[in-house]
Amino acid sequence: MNAPTRIYLYRRYERFWHWSQAVLVIFMLVTGFEIHGVYQNFGFQRAVEYHTLAAWALLTLWAFTIFWQFTTGEWRQYIPTLNRVLAMVRYYAYGIFVNAPHPFHKTAGKKHNPLQRLAYVTLLAMVSPLIWGSGFFYLFYGYWKDFGLDRTISLEWVALAHTAGAFMMLTFFIVHVYLTTTGHTPFAHIKTMVTGWEDAEAEEGAAGKA
Amino acid sequence: MSQKKTWLAAGLLGAILAWSTAWGSTPPPVAPATVPVPAKTPKAASKSTVDHSKLKELQKKFASGPEVTKACLNCHTEAAKQVQGTKHWTWEYSDPKTGQKLGKKNVINNYCTTTISNEKDCMACHAGYGWKDASFDFAAEDNVDCLICHDGTATYRKLPGDAGHPVYERKEFPHGSGKFVEAVDLQKVAQSVALPRRSNCGSCHFYGAGGDGTKHGDLDSALKNPGKYLDVHMDAKGLNFTCTTCHATAGHQVSGSRYAMTAAQTGPAHIRGKADASPASCQSCHGDKPHKESILHAERLNTHSDKLACQTCHIPQFARDSIGTETSWDWSTATQMGPAGKPIFVKDSAGRRAFDSKKGNFAWDSYLVPEYRWFNGHVSYKAKGDVIDPACTVEINHPDGEPGDADARIWPFKIHRGKQAYDTENNYLLVVHTAGEDDTALWRNFDWQKAIATGMQTAGLPYSGKFGFVSTEMSWPITHMVAPKTDALGCAQCHSANGRLQDISGIYLPGRDHSRLLDSVGWVVVLLSLLGVLIHGGTRVVLHFKHKG
Repeated sequence: MNAPTRIYLYRRYERFWHWSQAVLVIFMLVTGFEIHGVYQNFGFQRAVEYHTLAAWALLTLWAFTIFWQFTTGEWRQYIPTLNRVLAMVRYYAYGIFVNAPHPFHKTAGKKHNPLQRLAYVTLLAMVSPLIWGSGFFYLFYGYWKDFGLDRTISLEWVALAHTAGAFMMLTFFIVHVYLTTTGHTPFAHIKTMVTGWEDAEAEEGAAGKA
Repeated sequence: MSQKKTWLAAGLLGAILAWSTAWGSTPPPVAPATVPVPAKTPKAASKSTVDHSKLKELQKKFASGPEVTKACLNCHTEAAKQVQGTKHWTWEYSDPKTGQKLGKKNVINNYCTTTISNEKDCMACHAGYGWKDASFDFAAEDNVDCLICHDGTATYRKLPGDAGHPVYERKEFPHGSGKFVEAVDLQKVAQSVALPRRSNCGSCHFYGAGGDGTKHGDLDSALKNPGKYLDVHMDAKGLNFTCTTCHATAGHQVSGSRYAMTAAQTGPAHIRGKADASPASCQSCHGDKPHKESILHAERLNTHSDKLACQTCHIPQFARDSIGTETSWDWSTATQMGPAGKPIFVKDSAGRRAFDSKKGNFAWDSYLVPEYRWFNGHVSYKAKGDVIDPACTVEINHPDGEPGDADARIWPFKIHRGKQAYDTENNYLLVVHTAGEDDTALWRNFDWQKAIATGMQTAGLPYSGKFGFVSTEMSWPITHMVAPKTDALGCAQCHSANGRLQDISGIYLPGRDHSRLLDSVGWVVVLLSLLGVLIHGGTRVVLHFKHKG
């Protein structure tokens, strides 16, 4: 007779931030790979302009989000842990196929499973600096000379670093989107990310016990 | 009472405000700093303080050009001395970097090859009278030709063969063509002198190498009266610039030179204000940050100015008219005769020379896409006597400049290709006596050996007696025929695979360049992750239904 418990996992700003970031990142991947010469859609000039605009928008969003993370203390959600990582790996490699209980239970204080934490921290500590750093230099290429930077860095390396970052982001995107389907229903995680509420009643573990 | 005062004060304040805004709303018109004053249309009333038709010195029949010059010098006492200090007179230039003697007097070009021993023909474009051989007196002031630049009647003409004299007697030209050139009325021309117009400069610079549009590709007679499409600055119905609007002169020194170009001017517009910068550059009027459209786009374009010449985007094609320009001159087929053993002349379908027994084969084209090179403004020459490597195409001139040089920009060039006679023993290009009435001139006798022997003797160089033909090319920086901005190159024309700058090295060009390794690894990782999630998800789906079943 467990009363259905719903937990409020993602607050309004968090959801706004997540989805606008998603849109911007997808848009930047689309325009970025066009600039890279992979295909033609907007045309080179428009692709560059849109990419630049989206970069500024994302930068602004990040500024607010960093502020939000620290004022709410939510930044702690990203502290990596190795605790029960193996259990998570075992779950994705085997348990998920045999309806084994999910080894991790979300709470408002711990929204991300250990693997998620590792993935997000990698994104924050490696991929983002790579993309933002190279993107920043790329964007202000015309001003390198004013700071004598043209003698120390080359556009080629900046561009290649940026491209490498884009491939990493695309890979993250694919895996991230797939993993949203691993909730108790294929759309459960997405629903949570939209409404903010997670249905605790239907969690695998709870269902198994019932 | 106090209320009344407040009303009074408010009214007064209102009146002052109204008065001041009325004044403020009509500011004196400010001329935009970056737009030079367009040249006056020829028909406008002259603002000159002299009407030359009223001058006593000019009220007589002149028998020759030098007589006119004498009359000019009565008033313009310093003019001849000034002209004699310019390249238009000396046809000589000393490369300050190498000390090499250049100028039309010394260089070999890819067209008629050299003026040496051919002065009588070539000097149709010299701003002087009587230079027919080495005995020409460069100090004689009445040999300066004032009229070629200052003729306001467009009737003054100098023909090859006359050593720079105009047509004094009615003459068939070209010889045997049945077309006649009328004798010039020197008195009328002298009385109608004016500041140089496009047609004055063009009388030589449009017809270089013996025909309209032949040499430059960005200068031909279509510029006498061009539309906006052909040249946004010279547009006869628009800005109507003359050549001297940009090639500003001081004391007859014309700014802007093929031998020492300003390839990479930086800084804001200065027009005529900065003494050490060439006024004949785009930047002198437009500065190096000229783009002003949407912030995103303008900013990008302006930062391109540290790598690209303005001309690279703004002259998307040259010879943008039916006149076209010569792209190749192959001297190796010269002296080949027609079927009857007689010299022949063949025209292409557009009526331009295609083959001439005197000169060999030609190729022409219109609406040409330039070739692009790094260029710092300095041009290295193979002048007479310089050793060549006949195994390679001889670059008669080479635009210098390396990627990454602060002074170098990517420039558009016309590359004129051809074949020329060279001394197979001494390995240098030969000076050939082509024009003249004597028995050794190639165009008269069709005998290479005699023509070379005379040419080399005049040039003061030994000739081994053995000659062959070597592939040559010459680069001409394109800088005229600036298109309206709507016709400028779009980004993708360079930022794409196989774009215009495909062969330009030393820069990373987004859209063109990438690392094959990085791209391969990147796509493999992306595909593997896609494959991984598909397999993982597929397995889940299959097991789910199996479980149910």
